[in-house]
Amino acid sequence: MSEAQVSQLRTPLVTAERTLSQVTDDIVTPLIQRPTVRWWLSFLAAASVLGIGFGMVAYQIGTGIGTWGLNKTVGWAFDITNFVFWVGIGHAGTLISAILFLFRQKWRTSINRAAEAMTLFAVMCAAIFPLIHAGRPWLIYWMFPYPNSRGSLWVNFRSPLLWDVFAISTYFTVSAVFWYIGLIPDMATIRDRLSGLRKKIFGFLSFGWNGSNRIWSRYETLYLLLAGLATPLVLSVHTIVSMDFATSLVPGWHATIFPPYFVAGAVFSGFAMVLTLMIITRVVLKLEHFITIRHIENMNKIIIVTGGIVGLSYGTEFFIAWYSGSPWERFAFINRAFGPYAWSYWIMFSCNVVSPMLFYFKKIRTSILATFLLSIVVNIGMWFERFVIIVTSLHRDFVPSSWAMYKPTVIEIGTFTGTFGLFFTLFLLFVRFLPVISMGEVKAVNNFAKHKNAHHAEHEVTA
Amino acid sequence: MSKVRTVGWFEQEAQILHATKAARKVKLKVVDVYTPYAVHGLDEAMGLRPSKLTWVCFLAGLAGGGSMLALMIYTSAISWALNVGGKPFASVPAFIPVTFEATVLCAALTTVLAFFVRSKLFPGKKVVPLERVTDDRFALELWAEPEEARSFLEGQGAVVVQEVP
Repeated sequence: MSEAQVSQLRTPLVTAERTLSQVTDDIVTPLIQRPTVRWWLSFLAAASVLGIGFGMVAYQIGTGIGTWGLNKTVGWAFDITNFVFWVGIGHAGTLISAILFLFRQKWRTSINRAAEAMTLFAVMCAAIFPLIHAGRPWLIYWMFPYPNSRGSLWVNFRSPLLWDVFAISTYFTVSAVFWYIGLIPDMATIRDRLSGLRKKIFGFLSFGWNGSNRIWSRYETLYLLLAGLATPLVLSVHTIVSMDFATSLVPGWHATIFPPYFVAGAVFSGFAMVLTLMIITRVVLKLEHFITIRHIENMNKIIIVTGGIVGLSYGTEFFIAWYSGSPWERFAFINRAFGPYAWSYWIMFSCNVVSPMLFYFKKIRTSILATFLLSIVVNIGMWFERFVIIVTSLHRDFVPSSWAMYKPTVIEIGTFTGTFGLFFTLFLLFVRFLPVISMGEVKAVNNFAKHKNAHHAEHEVTA
Repeated sequence: MSKVRTVGWFEQEAQILHATKAARKVKLKVVDVYTPYAVHGLDEAMGLRPSKLTWVCFLAGLAGGGSMLALMIYTSAISWALNVGGKPFASVPAFIPVTFEATVLCAALTTVLAFFVRSKLFPGKKVVPLERVTDDRFALELWAEPEEARSFLEGQGAVVVQEVP
């Protein structure tokens, strides 16, 4: 069997010697056991931060978005920065679950479930910002084209902001469905392991899955199709997000390089967030055999590549600003690097261009601690990238008399912090109630189990 | 003698593949095979034809994208034509992003729905799955005379053989 061949060169994807039922045990056990003190502490911390966020959101919806630090010149700042930041984080989940699936990268199996969950939670966090920015979030349905009593006044389909509505809502829906489809066989495994109320709940959620190969065969086709659909979808989402800027005439935004530049940046920051989460999860849930150094190293290699693309984009932007001959464009970039917000530019540059270079050293990219720290550094850098692009392009516009500075208010900072609370609360609930690792897929790449079971069988046949 | 459903449980992937192929070779009717994960090559061993879901996906995508494009042209150029920045009313290039999103959304949701309908899966469906097939064993279910099925399955290395109602 070609699948059962063991490579002499590569480290196995499941490093400990685990039989199939031990794989089930390892992943189901954390769901059965009482939550640990560490889980409760993290959950309470995350939920408290979420509480702060709730308060902030309630206050600014009640009072109005005048509570933000925006002014006539800088009309877009913190809120859209955070929106782009969170949407970008989501991209790694889909890249792992869909694009690596199409490329037959088997190492994705240990991390795809958690990465997809991360995508969903990140998109939820992202959606909060435009929702508040709409001013009256209860009228958000006005963004969809439906026959209405205003003479049927339709939405403007030529606006990139409307494209964004469709892109984000489609992205969330398709990611959620893709994630759920992946969960069905695993929820059936849990159903057959447990008893009582949980068995009933998982029985309900697993849709009557019975492991039939007639269904597996169709399931594999479905999974491939969804991966094929999600791949261009994820590229389109950040492309469209970048068009919110690129289709405008603002110097510093009006650039054709934006779509690929944004997509690479999104994957870059997303992988950093996956690493941050996975390094914690593997220790807390004792999944070191499934999420191995090889997985971490592979993700670090993707960070090197996407970080390289991001660095190249910074350089290209600067070059084109000079080469275009447009004084506005030149000024926007010189102001970015040496103006009053230069500090944010250089934070961005050192976090996104310099720090991932360290991963060229094998010692660093195979070190858990270094990876963990660098993954946080990259996310800080990517947040600043969006801040730099948005605020520095706006704050010194065409007429010097209208130049202004922007400073976030406590409300804005509190809301952003609150989204981290939401993100981690949801993620902690996820690791508590659902299988963090796709058992069905890990079993299929666990070569030890195949050989172990083979020995058993031979013994019993010959005995 | 009447035919019954007999199930043989195996402990490894290679055996189930071999047993399924062998069963078809000796003209035993394979009802189904149950596995804890998608076993590569089992579709060929069972002689399953490729799924038609790809067609559902293609047609649903076409329908979704087509209707969305039509809706955008209708709302922007026919129902209430507004002059936005002097652009043509039916500014098709600007409609492409939303057309694409609608294509993907419609294709994905319809294909998933078609999968559930075709596989008869729905929330809350009651099943009594075979022992351990969602955990670590592979089961081959045959429709044959009991003696013949039992000796075949045992010969293939099944660890447990049972007749099921």
